[in-house]
Amino acid sequence: MSEPVLSIEELRVALPSWSDRELAVDGVSLSIRRNEILCVVGESGSGKSVMAKAVLGLLPAPHVRVTGGRIVFEGQDLVGASEDQMRAVRGERISMIFQEPMVALNPLMKVGRQIDEVFQIHTDFTAQQRHDRVVDLFADVHLPEPDRIVGSYPHELSGGQRQRVMIAMALALEPSLIIADEPTTALDVTTQAQILTLMKELQGKHGTAVLFITHDFGVVAEIADRVVVMRQGRLVEAGDTQALLRAPQQDYTRALVAAVPSLHPRHAVNEEPPAPVLQLKGLVKTYGGRASLFGGHSRTVRAVREVSLEVPRGHSLALVGESGSGKSTLARCVVGLESPDGGQILLDGEDIAGLTRKQLKPYRHLVQMVFQDPFASLNPRQRVGDIIALGPRLRGVRRDEAWEKARELLGLVGLQPDAASRYPHEFSGGQRQRIGIARALAVEPKLILADEPVSALDVSVQKQVLDLLDELRQRLHLSMLFITHDLRVAAHVCEDIVVMREGEIVERGSTREIFANPRHEYTRQLLDSVPGKQWDH
Amino acid sequence: MRTFWQRFLGNPRVVAGLAWLGLVLLVALFAPLLAPVDPFEIAADPFLKPSAEHPFGTDSLGRSMWAGLVHGSRTTLIIAVVATLASVAFGTAVGAVAGYFGGLVDDVLMRLTEFFQTIPSFIFAIVLVAILAPSATSLVVAIAVVSWPPITRVVRGEVLSVRSREFVQAAVLAGQDDLAILFRQVLPNTLSPLIVTGSLLVATAILIESALSFLGLGAPNLMSWGFMVGAGRSFLRDAWWLVTIPGIAILLTVLSINLVGEGLNDALNPRLADL
Amino acid sequence: MTGARLLRYLLWRLLQAVPVILGVTVLCFLMLQLAPGDLAEVLAGESGGASPGYIEELRARYGLDKPVLVQLLIYVKNVLFFDLGFSFRHNADVTSLLLERMVPTLLLMGSTLLISVGVGALAGLFAAIWVRTWRDHLISLAAIIAYATPLFWVGLMLILVFSIWLDWFPTSGMENVVMFYEGWDRVVDIAHHLVLPAVTLSLFYMALYTRLMRATMLEQRGLDYVTTARAKGLTERQINFRHVLRNALLPVVTMAGVQVGALLGGSVVVESVFAWPGLGQLAFEALFSRDFNLLLGIFFICACLVVVVNILTDLVYVLLDPRIQVDR
Repeated sequence: MSEPVLSIEELRVALPSWSDRELAVDGVSLSIRRNEILCVVGESGSGKSVMAKAVLGLLPAPHVRVTGGRIVFEGQDLVGASEDQMRAVRGERISMIFQEPMVALNPLMKVGRQIDEVFQIHTDFTAQQRHDRVVDLFADVHLPEPDRIVGSYPHELSGGQRQRVMIAMALALEPSLIIADEPTTALDVTTQAQILTLMKELQGKHGTAVLFITHDFGVVAEIADRVVVMRQGRLVEAGDTQALLRAPQQDYTRALVAAVPSLHPRHAVNEEPPAPVLQLKGLVKTYGGRASLFGGHSRTVRAVREVSLEVPRGHSLALVGESGSGKSTLARCVVGLESPDGGQILLDGEDIAGLTRKQLKPYRHLVQMVFQDPFASLNPRQRVGDIIALGPRLRGVRRDEAWEKARELLGLVGLQPDAASRYPHEFSGGQRQRIGIARALAVEPKLILADEPVSALDVSVQKQVLDLLDELRQRLHLSMLFITHDLRVAAHVCEDIVVMREGEIVERGSTREIFANPRHEYTRQLLDSVPGKQWDH
Repeated sequence: MRTFWQRFLGNPRVVAGLAWLGLVLLVALFAPLLAPVDPFEIAADPFLKPSAEHPFGTDSLGRSMWAGLVHGSRTTLIIAVVATLASVAFGTAVGAVAGYFGGLVDDVLMRLTEFFQTIPSFIFAIVLVAILAPSATSLVVAIAVVSWPPITRVVRGEVLSVRSREFVQAAVLAGQDDLAILFRQVLPNTLSPLIVTGSLLVATAILIESALSFLGLGAPNLMSWGFMVGAGRSFLRDAWWLVTIPGIAILLTVLSINLVGEGLNDALNPRLADL
Repeated sequence: MTGARLLRYLLWRLLQAVPVILGVTVLCFLMLQLAPGDLAEVLAGESGGASPGYIEELRARYGLDKPVLVQLLIYVKNVLFFDLGFSFRHNADVTSLLLERMVPTLLLMGSTLLISVGVGALAGLFAAIWVRTWRDHLISLAAIIAYATPLFWVGLMLILVFSIWLDWFPTSGMENVVMFYEGWDRVVDIAHHLVLPAVTLSLFYMALYTRLMRATMLEQRGLDYVTTARAKGLTERQINFRHVLRNALLPVVTMAGVQVGALLGGSVVVESVFAWPGLGQLAFEALFSRDFNLLLGIFFICACLVVVVNILTDLVYVLLDPRIQVDR
């Protein structure tokens, strides 16, 4: 067994005095060898990112600092290293890839120049040599037309391309360790799959050690050789990927693994689907094109192009697509936040497309929405009770009755009824999402439209919220239109599925059928891109 | 996490600013007791240097500088605060409507705002006062008319960002009216930047008011600090204190407001303060 | 960014400016109509309480008896042909009067802009680099005091210290007219006179840019791309100068554009304190002598100035920030 490239021993990182806990990282030890990908998995607040930053000495000093332990890299302890010694290591021996390639690149500098800089600092190549190396690197990470992209600014590239640039930058000097902090989290599923493949390919080619930070067990299954699980700054469990995913030893790991929704659809469909509660017929929504008053016109975007679909009563329909597929626009049209340019929206047989806000009012309570961002979806200045009671109050219910109902609903979604008199900031993300569900239920809707309701939540909480939604739907005989980019989530809660791309539906059918036998090329691609599909439990 | 008040009052700059402002406020409140004379009344010989009897000396006509300062604090504060309130009210209304309704309304209102920013504001204020004839009311009007555009921009920006948050969509889905959404959901969430901008605007208003008074466009029967500087400028060579002392009063007051305003901002946005 | 596209952008912006300038003109015209008293009354008053008949005659002679709307239309038509009318007070063509008086104001504004943006950005830059050291505290303290100081008072204090007590600079005026300097001597003389007014007007804006620059530098340094640069192995100095500086300059450029109008207003005060023979002085005189043609002309030229400087700052912005699309 070879000498480890990096070994972290009993690392402790202190948080500033005003934080809710003392240590971000509390006595973590791990090591990583050449040609190995080690995944560090954990939910938010586990300290995984702080640990990664500590290795490179990038902690936001002086508030967050290493207070104990060693970080031994190629025989040198980085904890006591001087700033000059750290700089020699950074970029040359250890490099880093970040989560958000858009903000991790300087917006005012050409991407070629940003990589050129690495060579400029650490080598004595001539300008021509540096340029050639950058072009070669861009070719290595499979960027199209490397010669052209060298002269592009970050905003001219797509998310995936930007992350490729970051990877090229990380590989520039063939470091012995790459730290990747959630490098695919901000990307679409198919792009994520491509980036993961690329990282695996290049890592194998150069024999680099990779410390891969992620929250996603699918990604772990896809890419890791070994896994370390962290929780609240402590190491919970470590081991080989296969062994750990098959038979996790610790309760926490078991719970985390079990919380990943399976790709096997849970709900079967009866032979004869019931009558639809919602029908879309040839829905069209186009953005832009309108010249503004003072000249200048924007580009037209055909966000939704002639989409027809139906949600059968009591069913849950997943609307699956990547960013830009038009799924959110479609949702906004259905709930009346956006007015479609053509087609029909039949709610219980009545067309509500093109109604004004006033005309829509009697229909509002029929469709309610559960939003994506638990922090933006509740007004921070209102009590939870008032937030939930708003819908009923506007429908003429007395305040005390509406509050009584709010308390009842809070109980129904698994919160204490006295939560009604508290403010949103007192709740965690998962709890806020439950409040959001209670608000949607308050006006007794027939259709719930859930727009990526769990994508902002930690894995363990995701599962709870999904199960709650599923249970409530069945208990209250609700129909649901479920918008998601995540096929695992779709498989978990939906009987039917519709796949959208660029404003059009490419495939539709029962979830079981489509997962077992995707007919459209794009659906197959989406299914193939789901990280960790082989591992599926 | 420390509370807002701990962060706000734990800041020594804020304490210093509040101390001076408190002093000015007390002086303004008890002006008739502290200097029970008409500040325009001739009290002694002209050009007396500061002494025990006349703590800040007398001016070219023999008027007491102390009385001028004390009564001037009233004028300065009242005009600045009222003008600020007026411009905050107007600016908020315009900004909120522009930001909330967007589209054509926004286009028109923001062009109007930009338009007002194109006109050199101080010259505009001079002309306004001249046209309306110098008085306390015309000072307030002039200052308010030239001060609202920054408020509008701040409020519009905030409303735009709050409006895009999902809780506003939830209110639409609940069937709430636009006006109710604007007042109940959106505006309460724009309060903290509004308070900060508004408090800093008081400082700007004081500067405009004293510059106008300095140029002789102040309210003719009200003593003000800017007027005192203007009255003393011709005697700079012989009686430097006539200009220096009221100027320092303006400086300290504006400085204190700025310190408090910034402290307010730091306390309301704690992350920025830690940077 | 090709030259042709930039040129097209410029033309587009100029075209957009036309309604703004016309709007300012119309607004000011209407506003001045509300003013009590007109030129005829002032002239008549000066010649010693003239008869109503004489006043009417004066009004007719200057076209003041026509309906407001007609007067407005005539005025706007003339402005479109760059004819700003005649100043009866100065007995001169408004356009030539403005051109003559614009030079001192431009001189004052230009040097102020240069000093305030240059020194302000540098001071802010260094304050951010030395953040939380005594040097940062010193710069920040100076900035916050300068930011609270009334312009006219700074001017008077500078005169008191540097002209009266130390006798280094002249107290007022733009040049020593009795000396009849020519050529280089004249330039030196004007520069000598310019120092105090320019410093006075700069101080506030310098403080503004210092504070803005410091704040944006610190804000930018907390962003991810700086962490990337640090992870590449760049020194703090390289990070500051290669990466952060340019990003931090953007808000300063925007602010400089926004502040041009305020700068013009400030120059009225400074011109009054230093008897600087610029547009501000002229505006003041025009206002009190009800010389509305001249006053309108000054507003017109100020609006033009603001618009031109705004376009220039936008241009600088476009050159600094590749994200701005100019192909409208």
